[in-house]
Amino acid sequence: MMRRFLLLVTFIVLNAAAYAVEPDEILKDPALEARARSISAELRCLVCQNQSIDDSHAPLARDLRLLVRDRLKAGESDTQIRQYLVERYGDFILLKPRVAADTIILWGAPFLALLLSGFFVWRAAQRRGALLRSDAPLTDDEKAHLDRILASKNQNR
Amino acid sequence: MIIELGHYALILAVMTTFVQCVFPLWGAIRQDPWLQSMARISAFVTFALVVLSYAALTYAYLSSDFSVANVVLNSHSTKPLIYKISGVWSNHEGSMMLWVLILVFFAALVAFRSDGMPERLLASVLSVQGAIAFAFLIFIVLTSNPFLRVGDPPADGQGLNPILADPGLAIHPPLLYLGYVGFSVAFSFAIGALIHGRIDAIWARFVRPWTLLAWIFLTLGISMGSYWAYYELGWGGWWFWDPVENASLMPWLMGTALLHSTIVMEKRDALKVWTILLSILTFSLSLLGTFLVRSGVITSVHSFASDPGRGLFILGILVVFIGGGLLLFALRASSLKQGGLFAPVSREGALVLNNLFLAASTVAVLVGTLYPLVLETFSGAKISVGAPYFNLTAVPLFIILLVLVPFGQSLAWKRGDLLGVMQRLLFAFGLSVLAALIIFAFTTGGPVMAPVGIGLGLWMILGSATDIFIRIWPRRFDISHIFARAWGLPRSAWGTALAHAGLGISVIGIAATAWGVEHISLTKAGEKIIVGPYTVALETSFKRSGQGFREEGARFLITRDDQSLGALETSKRVHAGREMPTTEAGIETFGFGQLYASLNEILPDGRVSVHLYWKPLVTLIWGGSLLMALGGALSLSDRRVRITAAERVSRATGKSRGAPA
Repeated sequence: MMRRFLLLVTFIVLNAAAYAVEPDEILKDPALEARARSISAELRCLVCQNQSIDDSHAPLARDLRLLVRDRLKAGESDTQIRQYLVERYGDFILLKPRVAADTIILWGAPFLALLLSGFFVWRAAQRRGALLRSDAPLTDDEKAHLDRILASKNQNR
Repeated sequence: MIIELGHYALILAVMTTFVQCVFPLWGAIRQDPWLQSMARISAFVTFALVVLSYAALTYAYLSSDFSVANVVLNSHSTKPLIYKISGVWSNHEGSMMLWVLILVFFAALVAFRSDGMPERLLASVLSVQGAIAFAFLIFIVLTSNPFLRVGDPPADGQGLNPILADPGLAIHPPLLYLGYVGFSVAFSFAIGALIHGRIDAIWARFVRPWTLLAWIFLTLGISMGSYWAYYELGWGGWWFWDPVENASLMPWLMGTALLHSTIVMEKRDALKVWTILLSILTFSLSLLGTFLVRSGVITSVHSFASDPGRGLFILGILVVFIGGGLLLFALRASSLKQGGLFAPVSREGALVLNNLFLAASTVAVLVGTLYPLVLETFSGAKISVGAPYFNLTAVPLFIILLVLVPFGQSLAWKRGDLLGVMQRLLFAFGLSVLAALIIFAFTTGGPVMAPVGIGLGLWMILGSATDIFIRIWPRRFDISHIFARAWGLPRSAWGTALAHAGLGISVIGIAATAWGVEHISLTKAGEKIIVGPYTVALETSFKRSGQGFREEGARFLITRDDQSLGALETSKRVHAGREMPTTEAGIETFGFGQLYASLNEILPDGRVSVHLYWKPLVTLIWGGSLLMALGGALSLSDRRVRITAAERVSRATGKSRGAPA
């Protein structure tokens, strides 16, 4: 399955003469075109390796770019267009995964990591702070060490 | 004959690494000096054998020996010399050979620079290095043998992948591997310390230069790879959050954290357990990166072959070393004594915060890279995680970290004075904010993030400058005093300042990309296209052939205020024996910015479809990272970092015998 998929990918890439966004695709209305670019930058070219359809030169990416632009011209909102594409191609097409039950770990992990490690550091700091402030008397070893230092200083004088 | 010798040396190396792994470890446990002493010798012998083996493979490429399958698949008799040498690591088998060569090189170097290191620690460290080398050598011999012959040698080879036929290939992989594999030394030291049961400032002093060295190489390797992708792939981007890029970024982030925590450990004998953990994690991420790229789990330009057998084998290695390392850590970490104390507001505290943010951003990159794989395995759902995810998770963490850096740099050890630091940094802070505001005022309507990013970059640069300034400015103004103090300042202080300023410069370069101009046009000869401050016009299109390729290209003339400023040439190349055309971008540098042209196609009627970009300050991105590496090198050249702990001890006791330490 994987092998066949790869073959297909290679086949498509090899036959691609065109490249990324082409001049004839560009919309006349600059505001609409800007929206088209920002939508396409977040859509995965389904037959490429981690490229957005905005960067890709595969024919499928071109078809998708044209589709996005057609729908924009028809007056659809960004969300509607994304929704349509997800219905057609699945979540795989979104480079920015939706926040859902199965992506909650994905979106939460970095901040959870920061909070958890921050908590541990705070706890450790509290413990250390208590140690720093404590006025426990010196141990015998420490006293002896201190005496030796003081003695050598007195000698130098 | 030479090929067989190389093959034989490789198999012998498997045996010597086995010896290097088993006997010294046994000696370390039994405290047997004779067994321990085998560590050094076996590390040298292994190195010699792998060098011999690698040289034999290189010889096969140089002499275009097409009876060797690996050479047939990846070389061609007409290739220039540089691609015959670098062609060795242009493929899976050869790049694993390079990986192991660097690994045993580091082991030999540790053995060579081991004067004054406790024999038991050295034996444990080299034993772990031997174990890693053993695992990867077995992997090469069993699944990725580069010395296999073909029964019926063809007249010529199939040549190198044209994307790889670039000077970048000669530089990028060795640098990256020196970084990846360099972190194995810190890993081995951590495992050695856990076996040994002792860890102190002397340990940190031994580990720090290795960590710094690996970090310098990894910084250069990543930055070089980024520039290569920028000019070779022809999309005009310099970072794509591609899984393979992430695989190299993760050990870099962790390694940066490790670099900072070893400083704390060396200077203040604190953060011991954490430093050990970071050493294990950093190399684990290097191994993970190797797995991701080599196993073919992720398909990209970098994974030359996807063979499930190889993937499983590396996964096994991964589990043994990461799992084993973490298990040992869990069992033994509690036996390590906690070290020096410090107040939350102190240099140490700031470095803990630095580690926190670096670790959290590593988690973001790690989760983003692996999540689609894991989710698909468990639920079958296919999702994509791309640049937008990382821009929303890792990037904000980076930004907070960058804001904090100058504070940390100016705080004193043990107990810092935050108010005093703020007063000292007030000028730097004010100037950065002012600069950001002025830029914002001049570019109203433009992207907001650009002035903010430039302010941030300036804050890093000025913060570093303030730190140096305060250290060298004498109470009473006297020029000669300043020079004397600047000269007397430890090189590691200059190194830190340079590295942080370099980071600031990179940040400015990244921020300025928001001002980039992109022009997609279908143009005829002589038509003027305005790209940023420059005017570009198509002069002519051409067809020609070079060594091993045919190309079709277009030449543009660059002018500014009717003054000619040179030309841009971009083309599509078709390489002999390959169907896939490559895009050769045309790049001209003006100041720190670049004009970038990338050809779409040339129409039959002579019109040219092209992407033109003006990228202001873009070269600062890589220039800044070069400065970071230079800062690292400057720190490394500091005698106090490089000098072995024992030398210091013997020197100190030699001068003032019996003085209380």
